[in-house]
Amino acid sequence: MKNIRNFCIIAHIDHGKSTLADRLLQTTHTISDREMMDQVLDDMDLEREKGITIKSHAIQINHKHKGEEYILNLIDTPGHVDFSYEVSRALAACEGALLLVDATQGIQAQTISNLYLAIDNDLEIIPVINKIDMDGAMIEEVKDQIIELIGCKPEEILLASGRTGIGVDAILEAIIDRIPAPKGKEDAPLQALIFDSVFNSFRGIIVYFRIVNGVLKKGDKVKFVSTNQEYEADEVGILKLGLEARKEVKTGDVGYIITGIKNAKEVKVGDTITNALNPTQEIIKGFQEVKPMVFAGIFPVNTDEFEELRDCMDKLQLNDASLTFELETSQALGFGFRCGFLGLLHMEIIQERLEREFNQTVITTVPNVSFIAYTTKGEKIIVNNPSEMPDAVKTDRIEEPFIKAQIITKPEYIGNIMTLCLSKRGILINQSYLTQTRVELVFEMPLTEIVFDFYDKLKSQTRGYASFDYHPIGYREADIVKMDILLNNDKVDALSALIHRGKGQEFGRKLCEKLKELVPRQQFQIAIQAAIGAKILARENISAMRKDVTAKCYGGDISRKRKLLEKQKEGKKRMRQIGNVEVPQEAFLAVLKLDE
Amino acid sequence: MSGIYLHIPFCKQACSYCNFHFTTSLHYKNDLLKALVKETELEKEYLGKEPVETIYFGGGTPSLLSSIEIGSLLEAVYRNFSIDPGAEITLESNPDDITKEKLQGWKSAGINRLSIGVQSFFEEELKWMNRAHNARQAREGLELATTLFNNITMDLIYGSPLLTDEMWKHNVDTAIDLGISHLSCYALTVEERTPLQKMIQLQQRKDVDNDKQARQFLLLMQWLKEKGYEHYEVSNFAKPGYRSRHNSSYWKGASYLGVGPSAHSYNGKERKWNIANNNIYIKSINEGQPKRETEVLTEENKINEHIMISLRTMEGLDLETVNRIWGNLQMKRLEAQLERYIQAGFAIKEHSLVKLTNEGMLRADGIAADLFN
Repeated sequence: MKNIRNFCIIAHIDHGKSTLADRLLQTTHTISDREMMDQVLDDMDLEREKGITIKSHAIQINHKHKGEEYILNLIDTPGHVDFSYEVSRALAACEGALLLVDATQGIQAQTISNLYLAIDNDLEIIPVINKIDMDGAMIEEVKDQIIELIGCKPEEILLASGRTGIGVDAILEAIIDRIPAPKGKEDAPLQALIFDSVFNSFRGIIVYFRIVNGVLKKGDKVKFVSTNQEYEADEVGILKLGLEARKEVKTGDVGYIITGIKNAKEVKVGDTITNALNPTQEIIKGFQEVKPMVFAGIFPVNTDEFEELRDCMDKLQLNDASLTFELETSQALGFGFRCGFLGLLHMEIIQERLEREFNQTVITTVPNVSFIAYTTKGEKIIVNNPSEMPDAVKTDRIEEPFIKAQIITKPEYIGNIMTLCLSKRGILINQSYLTQTRVELVFEMPLTEIVFDFYDKLKSQTRGYASFDYHPIGYREADIVKMDILLNNDKVDALSALIHRGKGQEFGRKLCEKLKELVPRQQFQIAIQAAIGAKILARENISAMRKDVTAKCYGGDISRKRKLLEKQKEGKKRMRQIGNVEVPQEAFLAVLKLDE
Repeated sequence: MSGIYLHIPFCKQACSYCNFHFTTSLHYKNDLLKALVKETELEKEYLGKEPVETIYFGGGTPSLLSSIEIGSLLEAVYRNFSIDPGAEITLESNPDDITKEKLQGWKSAGINRLSIGVQSFFEEELKWMNRAHNARQAREGLELATTLFNNITMDLIYGSPLLTDEMWKHNVDTAIDLGISHLSCYALTVEERTPLQKMIQLQQRKDVDNDKQARQFLLLMQWLKEKGYEHYEVSNFAKPGYRSRHNSSYWKGASYLGVGPSAHSYNGKERKWNIANNNIYIKSINEGQPKRETEVLTEENKINEHIMISLRTMEGLDLETVNRIWGNLQMKRLEAQLERYIQAGFAIKEHSLVKLTNEGMLRADGIAADLFN
């Protein structure tokens, strides 16, 4: 156990985490050059494209140092704000962390929030400045930032380049020398922390864990404490590039267990695994049920594909337990699902996975956060869907979730960010200079304001020089109303949105304008209206198509024309008919594109 | 009932809007005519034993041919098919080709119906379209034709950027005053790969205005109705008894044989079309292996075509016919989907017949596409 080191890498997206991880694996011959693909740890297509590690993974590195064999377990962490709980559990499985900062970019908000999480978990931090070989490297400045942030000595900061391999040996040495070996009792009852799981279509759920106390042997009867379910350990082992089965995994080590679990819901990140016959009395602290933050409807484009979609959602949930969903019936869209996501990115990922992996074309509706409505009778209603909002006359008050938002940027963008955040009902809590050229702004903001178009605006207002992170900080009272959209006087439930009353007028106007753009001209005039209650706030008209007939239809024209119209008909199948209006798929998310 | 179409792919000059298959070179005219004769022989079984009731010379500009050439083509048709004694035999012609001698020649060759491509009686518009004739020829050609032919149809184009509503009225009135019993009126359409499309792209020409086209179409329907013309298909109007039997047969799903490059044929099951290239056409016909493509129509294709075509006609879509051929489910489906168009005043229903109103005619494509399977 004294030769085990468990560590992770804290870094902002694009700061070179995956490249450095590759280099560590290569240098230690954990994988051969032949096995080497770029960024081996990101093995989902989507992850590689988006450049984000969505699911955390782990890999064991064997390294000889000063004549001794060491086991270094690298636990990879997801790098996006939507996944902060998963990050915290991965950190809890480690004793140390590499704090990786891009020499050309400096510290970003997300790095800081994950760093705080690491410090909260008592991790030993090894600061590493990466990409020092790049032209724009500002090594001294970034050093100052790091020192200011964690109070280390300048000589404790390592310099590296994942691309060329500079500094990789020093990093390995620091991991062994500075990160403490795990503590724990091998003879104590089993206590293992689940920090991740993946779904394998042949073997079921593969659970990744870190053993805090005790030993886990193949064939053991184990119990997952939070779910109180018992299983037999069909296979246990350690994680190399693939799975390597072992007879047992001991205290301090990182490994996997396969028990034949088919449903990801039974495996909760942060849960404790113990021995069913000799259970631990203590659960590992920090476990939380993952709570979805953003809700939206997902509907099949064709109503008759509902059953197929249900099947795909079930399968998707098997390997993504953070996705929640329940049946939703919409007057406009028929049967579908109300889904809960960790955040907007998570929502996007789910939609893309449905399309790519499951070949499902879906309509995603306006996302909203989870509000709490208190009725005049004193009932408390959780509102995850505009249709669940009680009548205004029966509502005593409504509360909305707030977040603490952390933004790090250059001083010249402070003004823009202030304007943006204040327009999003933000309250400035703190402003501090990390260095002369980096400012941290802390706001308290309603989560619902982030959901719509915050990221894109933040990016454009700061030319990309702002990083953002957030944490929920509870509920506050707010004047939230339901805005309905009417197409030719019919309310379209799937286009309703829950918004702050003060924004109603502007929001309604923009939404109507956007819908006018997205809904094509049709045979009939279309009136688009935005309303709160009975009050119409905005209206746009799409005039009817005046002429839609080809002049000639003789012998040679018939086939050509039929094919043309058949193609038109196919195009219409990607639209939903609501009343006599055909609404294209993308119109249902118009609300996210108001300023494009 | 069946028909034969002969495609004569030659023109004096290229109209800017035309996307039909033609050439302005007469170099291979004789070879092509021989190939047309040969194709009628090759295809003599195509229409089975059905008597041919209509023959149609289209193009291109068939009036470029001499009456002897027309006569020999007709002779080949008569030799290989059984032609109904009362058959309608139409020749498309351009006003500038019309002379007394030619008219007499066509008549003695057996032509009994003339289709004249007038398009407009305004000089500036004819120039704009790059037509081969001028305004004077348009009027004189027509006047001359009426002295020898009683069954005459003429083409008019509306909705071009130059045509005001007053000019449009003048064109239509002129045709009516000359006693023309059949009119085909087409909205100027910017087709792919035409000089017109190119010029619009390069902003050398104004694009067509859809609202104006709609307006002029509605005016046209109103004017011709007042003068006793039946609006029997989207673009076709006739005094009682003067409908084009040949074109009507396309819309009734009758069989037809198309002879010549780019010509289409249909026998109730499959559609085939010859290659739109004169040289390859001639060569392949001479080798006895006509170069063409074939499409076998599925039931879905057939019902879609039926919907598309019948809605364009005055008779409309007969739901009973749909019920008889494609079954009750299809009929019910159409009935339900048509409801909103009836409500909107785009269609009316009389018993099992669904007919488009004038407003509906304006949108016949969109409505048909919507009703497709």
